[in-house]
Amino acid sequence: MRAMIVKEFRQLRRDRRTLAMMIVMPVVLLVILGYAASFDVPDVPTVVAGPGAAAVARALPKVFALAGTYEAPPAQGDAAAQAPAAWARDELRDGHAAVAIVTGTAPGPLVLIDGSQLFDAQKAVQELAALQGGTSGGPPTGLAARAATGTATGLAAGPATGTATGLAAGPATDPATGLAAGPATDPATGLAAGTAATTASVAGSALADPASVQILYNPELKTSFVMIPGLAGVILVFVGTVITSLGVVRERQAGTLEQLAVMPLRPADVFGGKVIPYFAVALADLAIVLAVGVGVFGVPFRGSAATFALGALLFVFVTLGLGVLISSVSQTQGQAIQLAVMTLLPQVLLSGLIFPLSSVVVGVRWIAYLLPLTYFTEISRGVMLRAEPITSLWLPFVCLAGLGAVVTTLATRRFRAFLAPGSGR
Amino acid sequence: MTGWGADAVSVRFGSRLALDLVTVTAVPGQVTAVVGADGAGKTTLLRCLAGALAPSAGAVRRPPARRIGYLPSGTGVYVDLSVTENLTFRSVTYGIPASAARRHIGDYLERTGLDAAADRLAGQLSGGMLRKLGVVAAMLPEPKLLVLDEPTTGVDPVSRADLWWLIARAAAGGAAVLMSTTYTDEAARAARVLVLDSGRTLAEGTPAEIVAAIPGTIAVLPGPPATAEERRLAWRRAGAWRLWQPPPVSLPAAAPSAAALSAVSSPAAAPSAVSSPAAPLQAASSPADSASAPPSPAVSWPAAPSSAAPSAAVSSPAVSSPVGAGPPGRRSELVTPDLQDAVCVAALRRELDAAGPFGALGVGDA
Repeated sequence: MRAMIVKEFRQLRRDRRTLAMMIVMPVVLLVILGYAASFDVPDVPTVVAGPGAAAVARALPKVFALAGTYEAPPAQGDAAAQAPAAWARDELRDGHAAVAIVTGTAPGPLVLIDGSQLFDAQKAVQELAALQGGTSGGPPTGLAARAATGTATGLAAGPATGTATGLAAGPATDPATGLAAGPATDPATGLAAGTAATTASVAGSALADPASVQILYNPELKTSFVMIPGLAGVILVFVGTVITSLGVVRERQAGTLEQLAVMPLRPADVFGGKVIPYFAVALADLAIVLAVGVGVFGVPFRGSAATFALGALLFVFVTLGLGVLISSVSQTQGQAIQLAVMTLLPQVLLSGLIFPLSSVVVGVRWIAYLLPLTYFTEISRGVMLRAEPITSLWLPFVCLAGLGAVVTTLATRRFRAFLAPGSGR
Repeated sequence: MTGWGADAVSVRFGSRLALDLVTVTAVPGQVTAVVGADGAGKTTLLRCLAGALAPSAGAVRRPPARRIGYLPSGTGVYVDLSVTENLTFRSVTYGIPASAARRHIGDYLERTGLDAAADRLAGQLSGGMLRKLGVVAAMLPEPKLLVLDEPTTGVDPVSRADLWWLIARAAAGGAAVLMSTTYTDEAARAARVLVLDSGRTLAEGTPAEIVAAIPGTIAVLPGPPATAEERRLAWRRAGAWRLWQPPPVSLPAAAPSAAALSAVSSPAAAPSAVSSPAAPLQAASSPADSASAPPSPAVSWPAAPSSAAPSAAVSSPAVSSPVGAGPPGRRSELVTPDLQDAVCVAALRRELDAAGPFGALGVGDA
């Protein structure tokens, strides 16, 4: 046995990559899980739209971090009246905020929550429930019950009438609408047009009134709705990166890659010939995952299939390039798997698939922006759940394309260097 | 000489010089064999010729990739494809018309006995069958230059015969065949032979030229070498000890520098006689006619001092008269040397050169 142990240590010492993985990976995982793996959302990005939005924004509780305001220009007609609400919905759809407060609506202010941002939405519901509980003087029944049960039945429970919180400090409240009815309130718009104290009371009342809350895109706050679009990306990473890297290394180990190098094939032919089949398999995988997600788990697909397809193609492009790159720096299939896992793990943990990006400390969060799955998750959730148009998804698309260009260029160079004769190999 | 080949090619892997100014020519219609022990540089040279490796220095003359057939040191075929699938892939890649490919594949498979295994996965073939498949795949595009890296190593005698039939057929078809081997009896059938050791050329020429250029004589000892001097100059072959008896010459003051001969440092380890394949190479390509070729000064012995190459042994009768060798009372018999003897002597000379002046070893002194 002693001889075996000595032999294993000798082999291990020479297998630097495995050794590094055994020693470095636990440290990396600890750091990632310690700093990144958190379900706690510190604040919820919130926008306020409608008359008096700025004043309402100033009075927001700290947890609702202001992400923008919109005050409709003075105008008449239904279109003008609907503009703030439309803007607020667009902000949520485009992922700029998780909560939108719309003032000037009838019968009262409206709170919109983006259910596709699960942790933000849960945090918002929790905070609203606390406000509701505080204002009613009793336990948070309505929204809390809704969040807990996933039903809409609790919405009408417990109209907020109190003024217990500092925010809901309006002088009087209309029990019918839950709206803080200041001295100069227009009952038609629900607008508190008077003093700052009055507008602040609008905010407080709106937040405290569960009847005015709508959860969009994922009304029941189902985990599967937000996980499956991202999991499709994980599966693509697995096929694109892990399997592809194995396929190329297998050629190297079998000695057939050298045979290919002397055959009348251009490096691009070999590269394309190796990658295209995996590309097709990855796309077939994606179709299956989507079909199961929509058919079995009831995940909605609300957006443009073309936009989603473009995002998926770009993402597969990046993952396949990553696979070839890994294979070109690996001597054995074992090494390729190790490297592939080392790229897969951070993507799962840091891409926002499981832990919300906003909860990741800034010192680690930058890594997320180097990972393709971060952008694909954003695209897939945006398109599937929120019907986000490509115009608002341009940034993840550009980032994916940029990553794809970098990774594929590196992979092609490495691949070409291997296939083209060189004295160093 | 016309043909494909390498001119003063050197290959360096990091600090290690794998090939040092090696020149070889593969002539169309002939088989050129590269002989050497493990690590001699055969594979590196063949990779350069095939285009799988760029030399650090020197030039390589080869046809376009479409007209090169290459059997690498591995099998070069996909073990998870069937025999037919492998050959079909190869023919499509080389742009061979489907009908011609079918005809060639059928012909080769039948001649090599692989037809019964046509649908079997390559990974399920025996070593010899796999090697034959590799050679057939390399020959499929009817190459102008066929580069085969040890096609017969580890193959049974019957399969070797099949492989030699394939090689001879390629040469007869006009291909310049360059093959490496560790078997000197195989190399003796080639038109030309390049003997490599530690990346350097030990000898180059026709087998007859190389044999004829052996300085001194070769004798079979009646028993194990008795003296230190004999042990330095003897090697074991086919159960008997052979002794190289260098000619009594005066050496120049400075012996030519040569790298230490590590790979063939033990001549006794040189491949012993292996049963020769039945198929005669000459039938197809008439390349090697080593027995009848006259000694020629054209042979290259790069490490040899010019004054130390009076070739005499080959002119001896097949079994010569006894000559004195070793201590008094021991009698050995001169033999007609062959290529294996020539390779052993070349290796010995390189070793002795590397060890120091001949005089220090008592070799070659008048």
